[in-house]
Amino acid sequence: MKNQLTLIAFCLAASQAFAATDEITLTIENHTFQPKELKVPAGKKVKILVVNQDATPAEFESKPLNREKVIPGKSTGVINVGPLKPGRYSFVEEYHENEAGAQGTIVVE
Amino acid sequence: MYAAAIIVFRESLEAALIISVMLAATRGIAMRGRWVLGGVVTGLAGAVVVASGMQMIANLVDGMGQEFFNIAILLTAVAMLAWHNIWMASHGRELAQQMKNTARSVSDGRSERSVILLVIALAVMREGSETVLFLYGVATDSANGLQNTVAGGVLGLVAGALVASLLYAGLLRIPVRWFFAATGALVLLLAASMASQAARLLIQADVLPSLAAPIWNTSNYLSQETVAGTILHGLIGYDAQPAGMQVVAYMGVLIVIASGMFLASRRASPSQAV
Repeated sequence: MKNQLTLIAFCLAASQAFAATDEITLTIENHTFQPKELKVPAGKKVKILVVNQDATPAEFESKPLNREKVIPGKSTGVINVGPLKPGRYSFVEEYHENEAGAQGTIVVE
Repeated sequence: MYAAAIIVFRESLEAALIISVMLAATRGIAMRGRWVLGGVVTGLAGAVVVASGMQMIANLVDGMGQEFFNIAILLTAVAMLAWHNIWMASHGRELAQQMKNTARSVSDGRSERSVILLVIALAVMREGSETVLFLYGVATDSANGLQNTVAGGVLGLVAGALVASLLYAGLLRIPVRWFFAATGALVLLLAASMASQAARLLIQADVLPSLAAPIWNTSNYLSQETVAGTILHGLIGYDAQPAGMQVVAYMGVLIVIASGMFLASRRASPSQAV
């Protein structure tokens, strides 16, 4: 019984540790990223929550980060990044890649 | 219209290159054209189904459904290509012989034909579903969106098919003696390339570590955005900024399939002097 309690406590602690991954929200509205620049800590795993407020699907793409993901309309997609070295990593909404609003940068420091 | 043409070109080119390689690699197998066509049609139908179910797929496995879905598709294709190449390693000589002598096709290739259908259907479905979502978005977005999108989409599709046809025509000029060795090598690289993409998605889903990200950066020399970069990406898995784990997966699959081919070709001709 005591062992089981220890195990449960351990599991809770472990899940706490996982939940401690930083989460950063990036919004897409009218095919425009908001904010255009995201600050991310270096050397850490980070979850980027991409909230697509448009009715149409969007595709988050970053060649420097090696990430590509479709975010259906009116939904949120999770993109795991990191641990990253300090620097600037560009990303784009591929379905509108030539529009100014569809460009963004992740600044790792 | 320009944007639609570019995106459709990029996606259709990748699928079309796979079709060209498979079409060449299965030369001499009876009724392969019908099976290739069946693969394209099945793939297109699948693309529409996947695109309309994307919301549901995306929400699976804690929001990582899309990644796991594509990983499953890619790994299935890798297994099929491995099977194809190992089968060819023991039947390729026979096929080449028949191509030289008569126009008669090899009839013993039933499971091989299902492999063609499945590989092509999966490729068309994967690239097609993204295109369908994009086209849906653009078409419903702007005032004369539909007209421009259709025009651009057709332009992109034709351009993609044209480049892939040139590849196919080029492959057919390879002398019969070297033909299946060449297509076998291409299929091998295609399988390794898909394994590398699956590894990238496993990293994205946080299942595998990246090892080093990126392990190199050649985007200044050959960007993946260029036509040449896109073709090399589609054919041999060129990646300007790959993760270390992708290289491990690429090399691993390359070695495993090549060993399988070597063993199969040895078993096929134990008494023949090479």
